[in-house]
Formats: sequence, structure tokens, C-alpha cells
Amino acid sequence: MAGPTTPRNLSAVSAPGRDGIGASPPRPDGILKVKGDFAYASDLWHEDMLWGTTLRSPHARARIRSVDVSAALALPGVYAVLTHEDIPGSKFYGLEIADQPVLAIDEVRFHGEPIAIVAADHPETARRAVARIVVDYDVSPAIGPVEALDPERYGHVHAPADYKAHASGNIVHSQHVHHGDGDSAEVRARADVIVRGEYEVGMQDQAFLGPESGLAVPAEDGGIDLYIATQWLHVDRQQMCPVLALPPEKVRLTLAGVGGAFGGREDISMQVHACLLAQYTGKPVKIVYNREESFFGHVHRHPATMVFEHGATRDGRLVFVRAEIVLDGGAYASSSPAVVGNAASLGIGPYVIPNASIDATAVYTNNPPCGAMRGFGAVQMCFGYESQMDRLAAELGMDPVKLRRLNAMEQGSVLPTGQVVDAPAPVAELLRRVEAMPLPAAAYRRTGDGVDLRELPGGVSNSTHGEGVVRGIGYGVGIKNVGFSEGFDDYSTARVRLEVINGAPVALVHTAMAEVGQGGVTVHAQIVRTELGVDLVTIAPADTRVGSAGSTSASRQTYMTGGAVKSAAEAVRGTVLARGRRRHGWTPDLVAGLRLVDGKVVDRADAVVADLVDLLGDEPVDETVEFRHRPTQAFDRLTGQGFGHVQYTFCAHRAVVDVDVELGLVKVVELAAAQDVGKAMNPLAVLGQIHGGSTQGLGLAVMEEIVVAEGRVRNPSFTDYLIPTILDTPPMPVDVLELADPHAPYGLRGAGEAPTLSATPAIVAAIRAATGLALNRVPVRPEHLTGI
Amino acid sequence: MRVTFTVNGRPTEADDVWEGESLLYVLRERVGLPGSKNACEQGECGSCTVYLDGAPVCACLVAAGQVQDRAVGTVEGLADGDTLDPVQQAFVDAGAVQCGFCTPGLLVQTHDLLNRAHHPSDAEIREALSGNLCRCTGYEKIMDAVRLAAARKADARGTAPAGSEG
Repeated sequence: MAGPTTPRNLSAVSAPGRDGIGASPPRPDGILKVKGDFAYASDLWHEDMLWGTTLRSPHARARIRSVDVSAALALPGVYAVLTHEDIPGSKFYGLEIADQPVLAIDEVRFHGEPIAIVAADHPETARRAVARIVVDYDVSPAIGPVEALDPERYGHVHAPADYKAHASGNIVHSQHVHHGDGDSAEVRARADVIVRGEYEVGMQDQAFLGPESGLAVPAEDGGIDLYIATQWLHVDRQQMCPVLALPPEKVRLTLAGVGGAFGGREDISMQVHACLLAQYTGKPVKIVYNREESFFGHVHRHPATMVFEHGATRDGRLVFVRAEIVLDGGAYASSSPAVVGNAASLGIGPYVIPNASIDATAVYTNNPPCGAMRGFGAVQMCFGYESQMDRLAAELGMDPVKLRRLNAMEQGSVLPTGQVVDAPAPVAELLRRVEAMPLPAAAYRRTGDGVDLRELPGGVSNSTHGEGVVRGIGYGVGIKNVGFSEGFDDYSTARVRLEVINGAPVALVHTAMAEVGQGGVTVHAQIVRTELGVDLVTIAPADTRVGSAGSTSASRQTYMTGGAVKSAAEAVRGTVLARGRRRHGWTPDLVAGLRLVDGKVVDRADAVVADLVDLLGDEPVDETVEFRHRPTQAFDRLTGQGFGHVQYTFCAHRAVVDVDVELGLVKVVELAAAQDVGKAMNPLAVLGQIHGGSTQGLGLAVMEEIVVAEGRVRNPSFTDYLIPTILDTPPMPVDVLELADPHAPYGLRGAGEAPTLSATPAIVAAIRAATGLALNRVPVRPEHLTGI
Repeated sequence: MRVTFTVNGRPTEADDVWEGESLLYVLRERVGLPGSKNACEQGECGSCTVYLDGAPVCACLVAAGQVQDRAVGTVEGLADGDTLDPVQQAFVDAGAVQCGFCTPGLLVQTHDLLNRAHHPSDAEIREALSGNLCRCTGYEKIMDAVRLAAARKADARGTAPAGSEG
């Protein structure tokens, strides 16, 4: 029988294979994962461990008159019941603005807000203790996004004096972008055609499968060791230390196995709660959310309402765009300011438009807090501007792909922010490629006895044999930024150690990068093999003993931590060659041409000049490097001008759908993609990102929404919040372009988010083509198609 | 209560089991087998799929007491020591594993499918795996992995003595 999974299971793993960059070696964690031996955060066990549980508000907006924990404390097996009064340090945290209480203080602002935490010897005991806590609420009507814009009438989500980062009212952040002559009367007069559309995007959930989990272990020095599933160890710690009243060196985080993230682990969830309970009880405390609590325990994608006007000449040249966007930020700021920045700066899509006026605003409401999710502000906009491109094409009587290609941006184009795109931007080419892919066969036309129900909308529910089924085809293309923007000091740290073990050179890679499934650890080993010419690479656990890697988000980790690993490996190589120069008197000219290949130092003619094992001897080379991308600038608050983003990434989709127009059932038949990734560091992993991102876009198009009514979440379960199954997900042919970005390591381009953008509008366009309906809201539901 | 059953062929006893505990909880927290995953604990995601007397079930929906004197097979029992089952090896080779949280359940479900159907069509694969949610891969590489495992098992049978097909 296997022993318990303890933090000791979070040990270094060796990366198999001999492949460098551009190949697809197996994942270092792959064998552990298929054997069931990979130690996810929720698997961890510790002797004498307690279980933590959270009491959450059933109301979206209420004053708390009193909290009585005595009955909970009296339950045998309960070790602690804590409220905000028990917090030793700061009572607030937040990614950009520390406005979120660790535990509610006198009021609650969203359904699911944590009020108290319990530690007990069994999770069921902890749950029963939570049920015994008596809270006296004074409930008020919830403030939604419409009410939020009229605080005089409906009130404030936070007391006005408590607002920490905005101008007035319930506004978290707003950004205006003024480009050319905006949407002035003169500009409007130049347009032969103006189309206007109002669009809505529902609240999408990341729905990672591994629930929020962690194990906090009190240490002898009065500090805490936290084993945690997160996206950014160091920013978790940065938010935790003030609350725990501990210095950073006493709050040590180690990444435990992460079951997906997609933005939902960018904010902290149970990290502080587990540490507070461990501090208080002096015992290890594990918290594992169940699925329902997970829906309440992390931020979601901002719902958006968008009003667009697009003006164009009769021959299809865009003249201007006017866009007004309101994003529902929910009760706390989370990353709303950065989401607003993305929505405003990427709001017109990958098109050249001489004039634009864009306003994006995030508001505080009593809805669940919203923040980071794959695509981060660009997803909502893409549904809006691509719907507009189709509307404009229809108005002009023009092919929608032709209209897009006519206006597509390219290298050298100027964005509405004034930024010149100084790397390949093959928007028209991606559209051309995705349009040129062969179309899938029309299976549904095989009516009668030969029909396979599984290929039809409705599937084996036997709702049609092909009658009422109409096929539609639609296109979408999008633009996403890579890395942290708007002047943020974005960096990553990597340590590479090269030494001789058992007669062979071995490299160790140590970073704080959160491997959340994307395969960064595979790529790190590939980079080291390429740079140092060694086969044996070991990946150390990610922890806070090494410097920050930044977040596994914004499609940035291959660029940033990959760049840091490359730089650290180059530093190691430099030290090794310097050693050879000292020992062997190599000339600078010789050294300049030396490379490390297959454990040897070779010159320009591939002749071996030294053996790496001899050069290393028993003196390891150990280098730590911080890597930064070129600096960006904050957007001007009034005009939105500035070199705000470091890199852009593009994906185009073609969707083919069959719609049972009588019943409103949609089957996505195929979802083809073309994407430029600069350099496919690991082609298999790149395909995995494009497939996975496309599928999340499919989910937003036709099924995924957290339904919130008067502030209350109605569907916090996988029974009621549907994500695509393997039956909902079609074949997804992918065409990958590799046009190098001269500013990026190896020319690579972040790949993870772009496919999430354009899949949604492509599918909705296909449904529109099949039904003739306007469909201004996602997700599209059967009732939107049948009019019931 | 005490629950006595076999896991991956080994006799197992779990003591002090509260009657409300699921088989999943007992496997993960009481007998040191956390390979079966706790993604939804309501029978929707398939991440906790195990064999119960040879039939795949969601361990989260089985009460611990229901497995008394019965045989449970988990993802930890698929490999023979360091030799992976063909289904496991195919998932690694095809790139069907990203975060891996859905993987244990998919492996058991696929293992069962390929025991029943040696040459499943794509439609049959999708139907068999429709109770297993994956959030990372978009299922394309999972399809590849199942096809690859089926092909490799067919190859292996081709060289095996006649009558060995299961």
C-alpha cells in the first residue's frame, strides 16, 4: 500500500528525453500524473493535520449585526473558529488594490464572501461547526452594474471614504482611448455606412478541475510553510505577510501540484485562511474547497455590456470606431484595472482604423468579484468587434473574411494607443489560411436509416434525424497582449546549476514558475539542453527560495521564465568557458565561437576542444538571473496613448456548426484555427494550448455562464454550470505559423490566450449564418434560437 | 465503522470510517491512494472514476460502506510496477496530459473501453468518455491517446498466442 502523500513528495523531477527547443519531448511530470502519484495540493497530508472550512455569506449585500461562534466552538473536534477580530495584522488584501477583507468586517458585499473560518479534526466536523455559527444579517438590495452607475440613487458598494483607487462613485477604474479624430461629426460624415450594435458577455468561470487547496504547516521559527496550488507564489506571499504580521522570510511557499488555473488562481483564495488557522492552533491545517465552494472562492471573467459603432466607406475601409464598455467588477477590485486597460487598448481588434474613441469602465457591484481569466478583457471585446465586422459586412454586402483582410493590421501598423506594431502581425494571412482549410463533410444530410445520431444536434436524445438542421460557417480573429503591460516591472528569475553527477554533466533548473499544466517545466528542460548541450536536466520544485517568476498568466511564462532560464543557462555557459580560458589559455576569438554540444565544448568547426565533465570537475557552476522584457508605459489616463504592451499575439478561427433551428440545439461540427506562435518551442504543447483555449471559447459561445440573479449565484456546480464535454467538442485542425518576434527569446510568442478570443465570435457567427438571428449575447442558449 | 475490501488486489481495512464518507474519501484520506481525484465530488466530472467489481464508477458517489467485501481498482493499480499500462503510456506520448487532474479518471474509463471494444470508432470513444471532463486539452490529444492505445494493444495482440484476446 502506498504511504500518505506529504510535502516530501514535492521533490525535484528529472526531465526525460534528449530534445532541445522545437521538439516535443514528454513532460517531466507525465509519468507521475498517469500513475496517480503526482502530488496535487489537495492530496497533501501531514501528521496531526486539521481541516479548515469557511463560513460564507448567503447574501449579496448585508450588514452583519452579530456573529456568534460559541456553538461551533463547543463542538468536539473543533480547534478554532476565527473571525476578522482574530487577524494579527492587516485585515485586507488584493492584487492591485488592497480592498478585500480577509474575513468580512461588519458587512458582506457578495454572495459567498468569507465571514469565519474553522479548523477541526475531520472535514465533516468542520462543516458542522460552520453550520452552527449564528450570523445576524440586515439584508439590503444588491447593487448590480446598472445601479452601480447611479450611486446617488442606489448607494455605494463600499463607503465612499473607503474607495482606494478611483475617481468617484462605484467606478473601480476607467480608461479612455482617443485615436485620430475619435468619432467627431467630421469623422462620422466620412463614413458611408455606420453600424451600431449592443452586445453582452455573461460571467464565465475558469472551472479548473483541481479545487483550491493548500496545506499550511507552522514552523519552529514562528513562521509558516505553505504548500499551495497557485499561479504566482511571490505575489501570494506579498499579500499574506501583512495579514499574518510576518516578514517574508518567515512565510515560505512551495508550489504543490496545480490542477489547472486559467486566471482563477491569480488572486489568493484559502492561502491566508489556512495560515491563520495554523498560526492560531499551532497545527498543520489543510483546506480543500469542494466544487460549490470553488465557484465562490475565486474571481470570474468580467461580464460585459458593450456598445459599438463602426463606420466604413462603401468599399469596406473602416473610418472610425466608437466603443463604450462597462465591465462588472463585482464587490472587490481584484485585477479590474488591468482588465480595463486591456479592454480599452485592444478594443477595436486587429484592424487598422484611423479614428477611434473607446471608453472602458469597471464598476463595483454586489456580484461575485471578477478578475483574471484567460484572455483578460480581450475576450469580451473580441466578441463585440467581430460581431460588428460581420454586421458591417452584411450591411456592405461584402464577404466577412474579405472585409477583415481588407482592414487587417500588419507589422508597422499603428494601434489606437499610438503604439507601432514592430513585430510580425500576420492577421490577413491567418484568415487566409483558416479559410483555405478543407471543410468537414455534411454528415447530417445522411438522413434515414444511415444516420448516426451522435453526429447531429441533440445527439442520442434522438431529437432529429436531420430535419430542421441547418449548417452555418463563421469566422473570427483576435488580438491579445503578452506579458504584463502599462509600465509594470515585469520580470522572472531563474537559477541554473551545472555539475557532474555520477560522471555525467547534469543541469538543475530552479524557478518559482507555477506549472499549472501548460508544460513550462518541459520547455525549461528543452532550453537548458539547447543552451548547455547536456541530456540530464532536473527540475527543482517551485518555491520562494528563488526570486519571483511573475504569474503564470498573460501568456507570459514561456517568454519570461523561459527567457530567464535561457539567460541563466547563458550565464552558466559563460562561467564554464571563462574557466576554460583560464585553464587552457583559450583566445577570446576561440571562446566567442564555442558552444556546448553533447557534453563537449566545440568550436565553430564542430571540433571538440574540451570535455564538459573535465571543465566542471567537482566545482559546480550556479547562476541566478533576472530577466526583463523591454519596458512598457502606462496609458495616458485621458487619451490612452502609450507604448503599453510588450508583444501581441493573433489567432483566427473558422467554425462550422449544425443547428437544429426548431429546437435551438447547436452542434459545433468543427473549429479550425490558425495562429502565429513566433517559435513553437514545443509543438505538441502549443497544439494543447490552442485546442484548450479554443474549447474554452466554445464554452463561452454556447454554454458557460455563472447565472447571477440579484447578486445570488444560481448554479455553483458542474451539474448546472456546464463546460464542454468530449461530445460537445469537435475536431480542431490547427495551422501554426512561426514568424519570429525579434524582441522575444527565440522569437517566441505567447500562445495560451489568443485562441480563447476568436473561437467565441466565430461560433456565434456560424450560428447566425445558420439561423439569420442577431444573437448579441453569449452564451447563446436554445431559447435565444427558438424565441421561446 | 470498519470497512474491509480489496484495492488493486490487496486486502485493505479502513478504520474509524464515518458512515457519511465516500469511497473517494476513504481511498484518498484513509488508505493513502490519492490518485483518484476530487474535482467535483458530485458525479459530474469523472475524475474519481475507479473500478468497483470490474465496473467503472464515480468513487465520490459510492458510500464507503457499499464497498464492504468488494474489489476496488484505482489508477494506482493500472501500471505493473514501472511498466505503464498501454493506456497510460499513450496518454503520456500523445500529449493528452496537461494539468493531469482529469487524467486518472480518463485512464480508468479508457482502460474499461478498450477492454470492451478493441477498435472503437471516434464516436464510440467520445460516447465512452463523455462523463469525464477535461478543462485543459480540448480533448483532441485525448482522442489521439485512445486511438494510439487501441492500436498498440491491437499490435500486441497480433503477436500474442491465439485465443488470448480478452
